Amino acid sequence: MTQSIVVQVGQCGNQVGCRFWDLALREHAHVNQMGIYDEALSSFFRNVDQRGADSTGGRINALKARAVLVDMEEGVLGEILQGPLRSLFSSTQLISDVSGSGNNWAVGHHTYGLAYREQIVDQVRKAAEHCDCLQCFFLIHSMGGGTGSGLGTFVLKLLEDEFPEVCRIVTSVYPTAEDDVITSPYNSILAMKELTEHADCVLPVDNQSLVDIVGKIQHMSNTGKPGGTIKKDCTIISGQGGVVKVEKPFDAMNNIVANLLLNITSSARFEGSLNMDLNEIAMNLVPFPRLHYLLPSLTPLYTLADVNVPPRRLDQMFSDAFSKEHQLIKADPKHNLYLACALMLRGNVQLSDLRRNIERLKPTLPFVPWNQEGWKTSLCSVPPVCHSHSLLALANNTCVKSTFIELRERFVKLYRRKAHLHHYLAVDGMELAGFSEALSSISALIEEYTHLESPLMPNAPRLTIAT
Amino acid sequence: MSIVCLQLGQCGNQIGHELFSVISDDSNGANRKKYKQCSDERFFYETSTGELVARSVLVDMEPKVISQAIAKASKSGRWRYGDKADFSQKQGSGNNWASGFCVHGPRHEEAVEDLVRMEIERCDRLAGIFTMMSVAGGTGSGVGTYITQRLRDLYPSSFILNQVTWPYEAGEVIVQNYNSVLTLSHLYQLSDAILVHENDTVHTICSRLMNIKHISISDVNKVIAHQLASVLQPAYTADSPCHYSTNPIGELLTSLVCHPEYKLLSLCNIPQMSSTSLAYSVFNWPGLLKHLRQMLIASARMEEGIDWTVSAPSAVTSAGESGTNSRQKSFNLSLANLLILRGKDVSTAVTDGFRDPALYVPWLKTENSFSTWTSPVAFNGYEKSATLVSNNQSLLKPLDNIVRKAWNMFASRAYVHQYTKFGICEEDFLDSFTALEQIISSYTHL
Repeated sequence: MTQSIVVQVGQCGNQVGCRFWDLALREHAHVNQMGIYDEALSSFFRNVDQRGADSTGGRINALKARAVLVDMEEGVLGEILQGPLRSLFSSTQLISDVSGSGNNWAVGHHTYGLAYREQIVDQVRKAAEHCDCLQCFFLIHSMGGGTGSGLGTFVLKLLEDEFPEVCRIVTSVYPTAEDDVITSPYNSILAMKELTEHADCVLPVDNQSLVDIVGKIQHMSNTGKPGGTIKKDCTIISGQGGVVKVEKPFDAMNNIVANLLLNITSSARFEGSLNMDLNEIAMNLVPFPRLHYLLPSLTPLYTLADVNVPPRRLDQMFSDAFSKEHQLIKADPKHNLYLACALMLRGNVQLSDLRRNIERLKPTLPFVPWNQEGWKTSLCSVPPVCHSHSLLALANNTCVKSTFIELRERFVKLYRRKAHLHHYLAVDGMELAGFSEALSSISALIEEYTHLESPLMPNAPRLTIAT
Repeated sequence: MSIVCLQLGQCGNQIGHELFSVISDDSNGANRKKYKQCSDERFFYETSTGELVARSVLVDMEPKVISQAIAKASKSGRWRYGDKADFSQKQGSGNNWASGFCVHGPRHEEAVEDLVRMEIERCDRLAGIFTMMSVAGGTGSGVGTYITQRLRDLYPSSFILNQVTWPYEAGEVIVQNYNSVLTLSHLYQLSDAILVHENDTVHTICSRLMNIKHISISDVNKVIAHQLASVLQPAYTADSPCHYSTNPIGELLTSLVCHPEYKLLSLCNIPQMSSTSLAYSVFNWPGLLKHLRQMLIASARMEEGIDWTVSAPSAVTSAGESGTNSRQKSFNLSLANLLILRGKDVSTAVTDGFRDPALYVPWLKTENSFSTWTSPVAFNGYEKSATLVSNNQSLLKPLDNIVRKAWNMFASRAYVHQYTKFGICEEDFLDSFTALEQIISSYTHL
């Protein structure tokens, strides 16, 4: 069994990260009733004895998260150290400063990057040394602020330099247009360049989509019709059953992202008839190195109280995964071009259900001509807590470019007037060229997606053999 | 003589386990002392305590499948795997042929070679090496190809027979066509013959003939194992008509692979049905052979849905025009066939239908193109069973599909960077495509 390390950077990254650890504990407690430290548990947790040394097998002594927490303010990390999850982390795993990055990418990336480089590398290396076979880093951060986007992408580069063989999967929370951080377009575009160059896969998520999903679920649970009542606390926004009892304002949204991370790793942690290792995600879904933005969608959002699930509802789950409303980022994959698509199923789903639904949906989904059978599938037998089955779809689809185009427009609006630029240029190591390079990087990326959509030339003639 | 088996990757290990199970079950049937003795010697060795241990080496880059296979074998009580005959790592090859071939293969070659050497040294006489692997994934295909290459260097004069499983056309690995192209083009240089099973065909056999509702991977593997065992179990051959032949792989290759340019072998088997209907069915040799012959010339892999309108071109026209119009499009031309008959009254079976020169290429004598093996022992619960191993054109279509899809993808250079990362460059791809186009062309113009 392989292990993964979570690196959470910035306020958003750490809040999402904490929801992840809480729900991960809940899931393992649910599956593993005996309290035995098993291989599934070992993928994200260490089992340590009193002296802090690793103990393998047998009963759980004390669990430590395979994580490094980085923030340049004390607030969120301080809360963690006092909250119910504190025993998961030793204080050395937390790296913080006092003053924050002031929503400035350059401060996070250059100033703090330089100052904390050694300390971060040290902690990551320590975490890696506790792993038997380290397979993957999960980086969680946001794009709009200073620490998450600036220092987060610095850490990403660091991971690539220090552990080139280990897969890097990044969960990035994108700002919405009505963002209250005025410099967020700068921060996002500067961070995008780093993501495009140094990540293996990026799972983009945006706040507005999360808000919409939360709203929809709350609406459903308040106006439940008879027979359509939602089973209480069985939604992907619920944190019920975790060790954290107090709900904070963003928890509902963050739980969705935490569930995304749980589902993406489920097949690597638990048994299943069709396993999908984490390194197979990039291998199958990323046809060109820079085009590694994978749109996630989660279904079902909730489980109805009615226990008899008709097969129609199972099929509905597959249809929903491709609808606009269920995407975790604002995008419309159905009316854009698919490069490849992964369906990761959990729970009571058969191979035949999977094949039937692929056959059913295939005609409605446009795939790029050279990858008409671009489906990667996995079946994991352990369902998420409270659900009988679930589906995570990861789509490499050209529709993701609309988010990038929007970001670029907002960036250009500021950049044209040189607004706020001096804050960035005052930072050591940040130069004006950094902005134009970031801009041309995202333009090139958008261009690559557009190019794929243009009608392709007829198939290349096969090689012929002289007879 | 003994065969050393090599189970490579997830698919190879699952099929390998099923194969030994079938062989062990079949040999333990009633009234077959000599047969069992010969089969045991071929596939197992006996420990001092009398246990049968499979002459097999298990290789995978992740531990799950191997440990399952070992556990299941021990549970059977009849046979088990060797104590130190397996090699596994923690992390798989991630569906990447290049990672298997360029990284995992070289990194672990010594360990695997040692395991194989130990098995080979345990044999009094080595009949050959038989490997099982899929071509779609990363480990079986990549590591498997690398190991085959090493074994070819280490044992230049031993026979190497590769069994490969071709993926479902709408598969579960997106890069399967690349992996298949790279595997097949390399194996073609190394192997003495490549025995092909297509998942799609076997899947249809499971659903139509065996009547299985929810087909699992294990059902598919059982059918493959049944077909393989029907070839590899002891039989009388032309070289040893009174004793069970001791040289199965050698004789198989002599009968079927007359030219190094043509070494793709396909298998079909008749009858195949669920055990419930088997109890109510009676077979006679003329009927079975008539079906089997039509399956051959119409290139059907199942006895159901055979196109009976296809016929061999009559001798007169083919001699007169020897051109395109005498050769029907759907007619499947053979280079060589090996018919294996097992069960009651085999001596009465008449195989003249397979001796028709019209079935074969004109540049070979029919007596060299066709051979028969027989065994009076009923096989694996079937009173009568006929298997045809054939070197013919039937694999052209699936091979062409694989190459076409891979080529389309390659034209946009999609996914190529995943391979260059590990040292397989575009030139290597082109070489592989050229090699396979050459094979397609050779078989087309038989």
